[in-house]
Amino acid sequence: MSCRAFSFRRFWAVVVKEFIQMRRDRLTFGMMVGIPLMQLMIFGYAINADPKHLPTAVLAADNSPFSRSLVWALRHSDYFNIVRVAESETEIHDLLQRGEVQFVVHVPVDFEHRLLRGERPSVLLEADATDPMATGYALSALNSLIEHVFDRDLKGPLASLKARAGPAELRTHRHYNPENNTQYNIVPGLMGVVLTMTMIIITALAITRERERGTMENLLSTPARPFEVMIGKIIPYILVGYIQVFLILLAARFLFRVPMVGSLPLLLAVMLLFIAANLSVGITFSTVARNQLQAVQMAFFFFLPSILLSGFMFPFRGMPDWAQAIGEVLPLTHFLRIVRGILLKGNGVADLAPELWPLGLFVLVVLTIGIKRYRQTLD
Amino acid sequence: MNGDLAIDVTGITKRFGHRTVVNDIPMQVRQGEIYGFLGPNGSGKTTFLRMLCGLLTPDAGSGRCLGYDIRTEAAEIKKHVGYMTQRFSFYEDLTIAENLDFVARLYGLPGRRQAVDQSLEALGLQERRDQLAGTLSGGWKQRLALAACMIHRPQVLLLDEPTAGVDPKARRDFWDEIHRLAAQGLTVLITTHYMDEAERCHRLAYIAYGNLLTRGTVDEVIQAAGLTTWEVSGLGLHATADRLRGREGVEQVVAFGNTLHISGRNPALLEASVRAGLKPEHRCDRVESRLEDVFISLMETAKDNWAK
Repeated sequence: MSCRAFSFRRFWAVVVKEFIQMRRDRLTFGMMVGIPLMQLMIFGYAINADPKHLPTAVLAADNSPFSRSLVWALRHSDYFNIVRVAESETEIHDLLQRGEVQFVVHVPVDFEHRLLRGERPSVLLEADATDPMATGYALSALNSLIEHVFDRDLKGPLASLKARAGPAELRTHRHYNPENNTQYNIVPGLMGVVLTMTMIIITALAITRERERGTMENLLSTPARPFEVMIGKIIPYILVGYIQVFLILLAARFLFRVPMVGSLPLLLAVMLLFIAANLSVGITFSTVARNQLQAVQMAFFFFLPSILLSGFMFPFRGMPDWAQAIGEVLPLTHFLRIVRGILLKGNGVADLAPELWPLGLFVLVVLTIGIKRYRQTLD
Repeated sequence: MNGDLAIDVTGITKRFGHRTVVNDIPMQVRQGEIYGFLGPNGSGKTTFLRMLCGLLTPDAGSGRCLGYDIRTEAAEIKKHVGYMTQRFSFYEDLTIAENLDFVARLYGLPGRRQAVDQSLEALGLQERRDQLAGTLSGGWKQRLALAACMIHRPQVLLLDEPTAGVDPKARRDFWDEIHRLAAQGLTVLITTHYMDEAERCHRLAYIAYGNLLTRGTVDEVIQAAGLTTWEVSGLGLHATADRLRGREGVEQVVAFGNTLHISGRNPALLEASVRAGLKPEHRCDRVESRLEDVFISLMETAKDNWAK
């Protein structure tokens, strides 16, 4: 009897034991429920590969019924959300540079005049094409919109203008990424993703491991101060982070030919702030996690929304407001804008300010929590 | 320093939440003394050691370790105290020499390389210097841990169950080493569950559930317990033990191999009960109470203030 190859009782004993342990490890259990729920919410509700209501500015140099019709039609299309009426070319340029708007619709001065003369004047659409995915659908929507937008205005004697290929022509100008090259967007963004992954997992693990193996107690019984231990453990990984960045930058330059318009030293300097943000998350996790498995799970729990809600994989502006609000909290979101801003748009510090302060605030808040909790775990 | 006391603390108390883990414990240890610290598992020994070496701050109590205030001068104390944790707490993925070198760096030892070499030499670990610590057997790990916490030549050594899981030969060598170091003036505070080790200490303290129950030399501790013990030998001891338990004056019946130890605090009552409970074929003699009899008695009478 007892030599049977498979004993249901023995098998059941193991099953029962596993369930008891699973119940004890609340965090793991929470993650097992939490991660699928989070994925469901993100993929089901937040992600939208066809982003609509993109912020658009209008520069209507020609204040005619035609341009008013165009603005009206844009307002009522799903794709464009007119947030600004610009006054000058420089203003347009600034708006695009800082990423405040995705598109600028530019109606030239003599638009009405030339349209009425049947010269097919062009409307200029300037797009921030750093992320081709975010602009593609909107561009094609505008193309068909322009065909019929003036139908109501072209009545009576002007009706003949409708018959032609279109009363006006749409010219598009894709800034920063004229070839619509997805790599230009993904490869720099990858730096942020890789850093997030390494910095959070490795720091959370390194500190948790020290505690799990009991070596932390030993360390702290020597004259080594907690701060010295912490910094000493982190610095080597920052170095590793920079090596990763260096490799990706090399690949971006020589394999993918990603344009590098802005200042590399600026990028490397700003990166330190981003690394600090991730390290502070790692440290905070390490004060909560009781073992290395939990540390990895928590890192994953943070990594998932970072990748999905930051605008790395899916257009940020395509997400509903609540998802964008979560995204705004994540360091990766701001870092992506920074790295794309510097490499593709040539942003300087002033352009980056709106992304830098949230990162700084994040470090401050999370590090405070982490250090507070870290102190408690000693006593 | 107060006279030649290396450790002089009073009223040390530590609470975790509502639990008082260490309750109002005093301790005076002379320089060059080996002081045994005993008590059941979870009695607060480790917590007490952690407070002495500055890892934890006591909730109440005060005192000095090597003349430094344990509340305000933890940093100074750490420089002159070696603490060996219960669990092996060095790096298993570093070699023996790398572990020692790391510790030597932490203490900022001058002449670090020589210090590491000397310590390897002294403990006979020189040939194994490049072996990963994780591949060492229990006895060798313990020697490494001792070498590491001695590398900065501390004046006080705090050892938390250093010989748990170590074979008798290694244990004996370890104690010879401790006695040699103590003879040179090192003060050692050591926790243990082994009676033979307790008997090798100059003085002892016994705590249970955070309270100090007794302290003094081995003889003093035995005397203070006021215990009388009878040893019974013969056949059918298990049944005899059951019969004796619960009789008037019999406080504990413990089997020691082929003999029973029956102890109590009232000699007359105990003797009457023992004689009444025995069969003719049993031999019984009055013997000296041993440390173990005393500790078991203390442990059983200590009120477990955590259990309901």
